[in-house]
Amino acid sequence: MVAAYRPKNLKDALEAIIYTEYIVLAGGTDLMVKKKQGAGLLPAFDKPVLFIADLEELKQINEKEGYLTIGAACSFSSLIDNPLIPALYKQVFLQIASPAVRNIATIGGNICNSSPAGDSLPLLYALDASIIIENSCRRIEIPIADFITGPGRNMLTSSELVTAIKLPVLHFDYVVYKKVSARKSTALSKVSFVAMAKLKDSRLEDVRIAFGSVAPTIVRSRDVEEAIIYNSSNGSLDKTEIISYYTTLIKPIDDQRSTAFYRRQVCKRLLVDFLGNWLC
Amino acid sequence: MIKEINFKLNGKETILEIHPLKRLLDVLREDCGLTGVKEGCGEGECGACSVLIDGILANACLYPMGKIQGKEVVTIEGLVGTDRYAILKESFEQAGAVQCGFCSPGMIMAAESLLRRNPHPLEQQIREAISGNLCRCTGYNMILDAVQMAAKRGDGIW
Ligand SMILES: Cc1cc2nc3c(=O)[nH]c(=O)nc-3n(C[C@H](O)[C@H](O)[C@H](O)COP(=O)(O)OP(=O)(O)OC[C@H]3O[C@@H](n4cnc5c(N)ncnc54)[C@H](O)[C@@H]3O)c2cc1C
Ligand code: FES
Ligand code: FES
Repeated sequence: MVAAYRPKNLKDALEAIIYTEYIVLAGGTDLMVKKKQGAGLLPAFDKPVLFIADLEELKQINEKEGYLTIGAACSFSSLIDNPLIPALYKQVFLQIASPAVRNIATIGGNICNSSPAGDSLPLLYALDASIIIENSCRRIEIPIADFITGPGRNMLTSSELVTAIKLPVLHFDYVVYKKVSARKSTALSKVSFVAMAKLKDSRLEDVRIAFGSVAPTIVRSRDVEEAIIYNSSNGSLDKTEIISYYTTLIKPIDDQRSTAFYRRQVCKRLLVDFLGNWLC
Repeated sequence: MIKEINFKLNGKETILEIHPLKRLLDVLREDCGLTGVKEGCGEGECGACSVLIDGILANACLYPMGKIQGKEVVTIEGLVGTDRYAILKESFEQAGAVQCGFCSPGMIMAAESLLRRNPHPLEQQIREAISGNLCRCTGYNMILDAVQMAAKRGDGIW
């Protein structure tokens, strides 16, 4: 059995996965923890491993016609250091893990891990990011909300790789990003919240709201956002109604990090704060 | 499965016949005898295993050897002998930043990584830079003092 393979380039990687079912390892910050056996022992991978972190094709960052294309193997640190990435997006990446882990962890890994606590996800949902998937003969682009199908689940098959993430460069006038966790560094979220508002002539032109860690996947509703925009423009925004709507979408659980009750409470307060302070 | 892996370790070209999924942490400690690299958690949480890979701070417990091919790894042992290490060591000692010492190699690697990028860090930047390193003894303030002291004494060498 082949235990591991270092493809020479993307083409080589995409060909390798046609014939053999590999575990794709980018940063390995999720996988090495999941497969850990202990000091001096080999991590327990039950299938051969494909190393993709050094594939140059997956480490590019480009901007074209208002869209950023970010290679799947870009580490969070490389995004934070890149001048093409807007400060608002960096603010989110800076709260992930710790400096050393951010040097290793990739954005593609965060997406493919598809955890409801993935901290880049609320931002990517709020921006309508799309995921670029390739196999040896085609390349498709899928909205992130369709790509992620459940906690830890997505639509990727073993003969495909996520090669890039495409997201618009957007300007918002008010941005709130809050990661609620036990400590600031190296802790997974109990709740994460992204809310952004754009004004035109002091009227609300656009709003985006997304919650992480409080349902099987990220919570976002374009319908509610459009209702907020529409009603705020004619002065009939009923905040209580908006809040109760989100309350039905949020389905938190009790786990070792937090309780459903706490998560619900925090979501509600973050939302009330955003609606009250930024959208009155 | 054993593979030949070529990399630079503390300045020396190194070739090892090793399993590509073995953790860099185990290879450094067991195969290379570099026990300054510590295992606290084995899960990326404590920073005791911090090394520089191509000049970038990384947790050796999260790195399988296959990813090390062609890279340059520097451990605390590789810093010893440099002027920067002498200043960091002296500052850590004088600030009382070393008690049991288990976290110290990782803290020093994190400090070295910070000072290379930012030789005159603000307190907040030091806190951020060592935020992935746990210390059970000092309460961190003495480590902050040590890094500040090193930045001042080592002005111009980073
Ligand atoms: C100490 C510590 C702290 C952490 N803190 C946070 C945090 O605050 N917030 C947070 O969101 N996460 C956190 N994480 C989790 C982890 O670092 C992130 O999810 C990270 O982005 C994963 O990326 P990776 O490249 O390391 O993934 P890997 O472990 O390499 O891969 C993760 C999964 O994605 C698949 N995969 C990766 N890349 C691709 C690709 N291009 N195509 C197809 N499949 C792919 C892998 O097969 C695997 O299933 C933390 C982890 C550690 C160890
Ligand atoms: S042993 Fe690597 S971070 Fe704790
Ligand atoms: S000095 Fe003991 S852990 Fe830091």
